[in-house]
Amino acid sequence: MVMALTTPADKAAPKARRGMMQRYAADTAFMTFVAILMAFLYIPIWVLIVFSFNDSRSLTWPLTGFTLEWYEKLWNNSQLQDAIGNSFYVASCATVLTLLVGVPAALALHRVNFPGKKVFRRLVVLPITLPGVVTGISMLNLFRVLGFNLSLETVILGHATALLAVVVTQVSARLERLPKSLEEASADLGAPPLHTFLHVTLPNIRSAVIGAGLLSFVLSFDEIPVTFFLTGRDNTLPMYIYSTMRRGVTPEINAVGTLIVLFSLILIIGAVIATRERKK
Amino acid sequence: MTLLRERLGGAAVLGIPLIWIAVFMLLPYAIIATYSFWIKQYPTFVPAFQFGNYLNLFTDPQYSKVLIRTLKVSLLVSFFAFLLGYPFAYFLAFRCRSQALRTWLYMAVIAPLWVSYLLRAYVWKTILGTEGILNSFLMSVGILSEPSDIFLYNQFAMVVTLTYIFIPFMVMPVYTSLEKIPRNLVEASADLGMRPIPTFLRITLPLSMPGVAAGFTMTFCLTFGDFVAPFLVGGPDGNLVASVIVTQFGTALNWPMGSALAIFVLVIVLAVLSLSDRVERAFSPKEA
Repeated sequence: MVMALTTPADKAAPKARRGMMQRYAADTAFMTFVAILMAFLYIPIWVLIVFSFNDSRSLTWPLTGFTLEWYEKLWNNSQLQDAIGNSFYVASCATVLTLLVGVPAALALHRVNFPGKKVFRRLVVLPITLPGVVTGISMLNLFRVLGFNLSLETVILGHATALLAVVVTQVSARLERLPKSLEEASADLGAPPLHTFLHVTLPNIRSAVIGAGLLSFVLSFDEIPVTFFLTGRDNTLPMYIYSTMRRGVTPEINAVGTLIVLFSLILIIGAVIATRERKK
Repeated sequence: MTLLRERLGGAAVLGIPLIWIAVFMLLPYAIIATYSFWIKQYPTFVPAFQFGNYLNLFTDPQYSKVLIRTLKVSLLVSFFAFLLGYPFAYFLAFRCRSQALRTWLYMAVIAPLWVSYLLRAYVWKTILGTEGILNSFLMSVGILSEPSDIFLYNQFAMVVTLTYIFIPFMVMPVYTSLEKIPRNLVEASADLGMRPIPTFLRITLPLSMPGVAAGFTMTFCLTFGDFVAPFLVGGPDGNLVASVIVTQFGTALNWPMGSALAIFVLVIVLAVLSLSDRVERAFSPKEA
């Protein structure tokens, strides 16, 4: 009843102010939340980096002093260097292979109609959600049945299979945005399919292919579960780190980690530059 | 002639991927599916067709306990990733007014995916351990008088570590689906006098369900098959199903059991995928 005595204009002002206050409170709450989430995501990475320069063997707070000892140890660790070399070899070959199979797969899914297409699509993208342990175990058994010896090459085949999903999803997404009329025009003008692919389709999906390639490289470089089952005597970098972790935590692992973070940062920047679509 | 050439071209484009998938995916799955029916007979295994290994999954507490634990940890990780990831994605899509800030924050969440997964798990071991940073920090500020071992080697440590690792997989699809919601829907709801929270619950949340389903699928399935985090921070009672698979093919030398477990993981993943497809379809706008 009291409300009836006030005019609408009187009522509007405090209401608007209350709305603004609420909005301000909500904004503050969101900003705080975002800040906490960022801290949760990045404090561990800083912990990794900071302790690689700390001159104590144990990773405890407070810090004791600055040292480059752990980096020197890495520099003289020949096993580690072999592992890094192996990882580069595996990641490069796996990336090339997965692109060679994945780009045609994406094109086929986009263009060609064939029986079992739905099953094919489901299978190709399965490794994104399928834990590596299943891929690793099943391919291990394949190689045993075929009588292959495990080596870095079997790891490459495993990685290429697991990474197909990444390439296919990224390239498919780009192909879907590409107007069909471009390729039709090229075909109408008499260009053979391969010509059309090289001069019309490929330039248009270039950045997606590069992006998928970079991502594949990083994921392969970092891969554990598939490598765990498929590698022979040679270790990749993550497998080497994994085996040193069995012996407990050491600042040397932090030093390797810091270098990996640095390397990833360079790749991320590279990926952003490479995949940035040219604005007209 | 041209038709034939087109056919041939199509076959070439299709052929390599088809053969690859058949040889490196279908055939391997068929092999472990076959093994899963075999019988372990010391010191090796003999071909058979029986369901003993699968029965063991549910009746032998050694396996059923691990399966229940894996299910629990996976659900918790998905739930916490949702709890942290959804508001963040919502903020980016609806609340963040600066385009530059939005790009940076989105990149900041995705970037850790490019940093070694193994190291991101390892760092939590160094943070949560008895000799670790959390303990020494709490002691140096006087909250604890002696190191506590409650942080590491338990399910809590696994859930924290895996949530940390898999958050980006929740943020990405949720943000994508929130972005797609037409802004005028939310405005219309406000114009019609609906308060922000009911608007969120009745319009925004349902429309973002496809993204949530995709995020749940990713985080759930990836946790379900992880064996690195259990190894690093899980402790003696922290085995997940993937760690057991590793043991079966390693020291336990029971390939048939390991294969049955792997097939079980495969089936769970396929089930979650088709469930999430259904959710996606149920919440997608129907075409009239």
